[in-house]
Amino acid sequence: MAATTSTVLGVFAHVDTTVRALEELRAKGYHDLTVYTPVPVHEIEDVLERDRPVSRVRVFTLLGGVIGLVSAWLLTQWTSLKWGLYVGGKPPIGFPVSPPYIVIMFEMMVLFGGIATLIGMVVLGRLPRFRTSAAFDPRFTNDRFGVAVHCTPERGPSVREILRTAGAEDVRA
Amino acid sequence: MSTITERRPSTPTYGDVNRDVIATLRPPGNLYFAWMCIVGLILTCGILAWTYQIFIGMGAAGKRTPQMWAMYITTFVFWIGIGHAGTLISAVLYLFRARWRTSIYRAAEAMTIFAVMTAGLFPLIHAGRMWFAYFLLPYPNQRYLWPNFKSPLVWDVFAISTYLSISTVFFIVGLVPDIAALRDASTGWRRRIYSMLALGWEGSDSQWRHYRRAYGLFAALATPLVLSVHSVVSWDFAMALVPGWHSTLFAPFFVDGAIFSGFAMVLILVLPMRYFFNLYAYIQDKHLDAMAKLILVTGLVLTYFYVCELFTSWYSGDHIEKASLFWRLTSSYSWALATMYFCNCVAPLILFWKKARTSPFWLYVVSILVLIGMWFERFNIIVPSLGHDFYPYTWGIYVPTLTDSTIIVGSFAWFFILFLGFIKVMPSLSVVEVKETLPPPIKDMAHGGHH
Repeated sequence: MAATTSTVLGVFAHVDTTVRALEELRAKGYHDLTVYTPVPVHEIEDVLERDRPVSRVRVFTLLGGVIGLVSAWLLTQWTSLKWGLYVGGKPPIGFPVSPPYIVIMFEMMVLFGGIATLIGMVVLGRLPRFRTSAAFDPRFTNDRFGVAVHCTPERGPSVREILRTAGAEDVRA
Repeated sequence: MSTITERRPSTPTYGDVNRDVIATLRPPGNLYFAWMCIVGLILTCGILAWTYQIFIGMGAAGKRTPQMWAMYITTFVFWIGIGHAGTLISAVLYLFRARWRTSIYRAAEAMTIFAVMTAGLFPLIHAGRMWFAYFLLPYPNQRYLWPNFKSPLVWDVFAISTYLSISTVFFIVGLVPDIAALRDASTGWRRRIYSMLALGWEGSDSQWRHYRRAYGLFAALATPLVLSVHSVVSWDFAMALVPGWHSTLFAPFFVDGAIFSGFAMVLILVLPMRYFFNLYAYIQDKHLDAMAKLILVTGLVLTYFYVCELFTSWYSGDHIEKASLFWRLTSSYSWALATMYFCNCVAPLILFWKKARTSPFWLYVVSILVLIGMWFERFNIIVPSLGHDFYPYTWGIYVPTLTDSTIIVGSFAWFFILFLGFIKVMPSLSVVEVKETLPPPIKDMAHGGHH
């Protein structure tokens, strides 16, 4: 299947024309789209996010935060038992938590949560790549919007027509 | 607001933003190198002073009982405080969707990281034998010896290292799409370096989708973190029983002071940046106005805290507490206290005047005074309190030496050299976030008119 897929790219100068192209493509049943934008634009996101679940980055954050919290709890409680400092005749640790250790637990939760969020963003965004994809154009980090439609080669002409009618200033395969 | 909007230049387009930000990275002129030389020279003096201190010992820093904490801890708290404005701008104002933050947040965030990097040097300088600094970290060792997690100083280690790590992550994540813009506008070896740093960013919808979500989560994590960091720093003092330190007021008092001094430092960095890079279209008067208002508000809150400090000390009925306060107000260090009250409580009042809030001259004067005042605030907390505690035989006066003063001046040079280097290799104005606040390019504004 992959071998028979071609990509048609439309370059747009305006948000409204891009949105028009996206609406038109979706109405015609093209759902395999990649949209390149210099900034996140609400209007474009609204069209794309309609049938998409929320990004799973937050799952990474939650897991990282919980791991940080639990590991800090284990670290502080366990080391206090290993090296007991008895102050005022009180036990070296408290259960479920010793109040002073809440600070360490909080900091470790934020640290692990933050690093996990970074990992989540990098992994889900397929990020460290050594080469930009074929459809990418350097103008997309400046002031142009790109709509790349992945479709079978025989549908190429009709996709091109849609993009051009919507107002693309440049259409190429 | 009318006078402010009148002077506003015409709104830039997306292309203008790229062009103007790339222009800031042009090879610098002689003035820049002259500044680098001056700052480098001061930094060298600081490094030599530190070398001397390592060679001679801590006596070189004027450390003697009772003031074993003096200038280094003062400056440590000062620099940690400076960092807070950056996180406030990049995280708290992000969550509140304050759009004016976009044009200053990159510089402020860089300031945060460099300030924390500067602050982080001071515990090492202060500890003397800094090659044993790793003792602070919990690592498995043959003696089953672990840090005392009940100690605020260990909390501090965790708070500051988390703060540095998360601020750096936040900063780098914000930079990725901007570096991609630089990559696409540059050629040759620059392009190769920027390509590596941009991680292959393309701005595709799926990348933005995860990026935006991650950015919001970073902001949500950094917001309580920034409040916790200076609270933990304040507990270094408040958890001790020393009169003048032992107060529940300290955490909010420190956090407020941190934001106050941080905004002053943001202005000190942003005003010349705006002038030399000609960024008037992005850093407008309304941005200066907003920052000045924040300085004014935090300054008034700080004044309230000072009054509370005096009142609680008097109302406590605690003899030692009252004696310590009276000594601070009237004796050897009263000049430092007067400097602090003037710089932090009186000087910012000029910002009630609308013209001063948008005048670079007055803002610069107030910012410098605020930084001086905030440095003295930490000095007044640390040095006089230690100098006059429970027993007369432990009282004493601290006198700075050439060594510790040079190291402190050197720390400013270290901070500025990092910032000066940064503004010439990385976009000091966020390409993406500035574009986000601009009106997006629309073809059919009202109707018709195309083709």
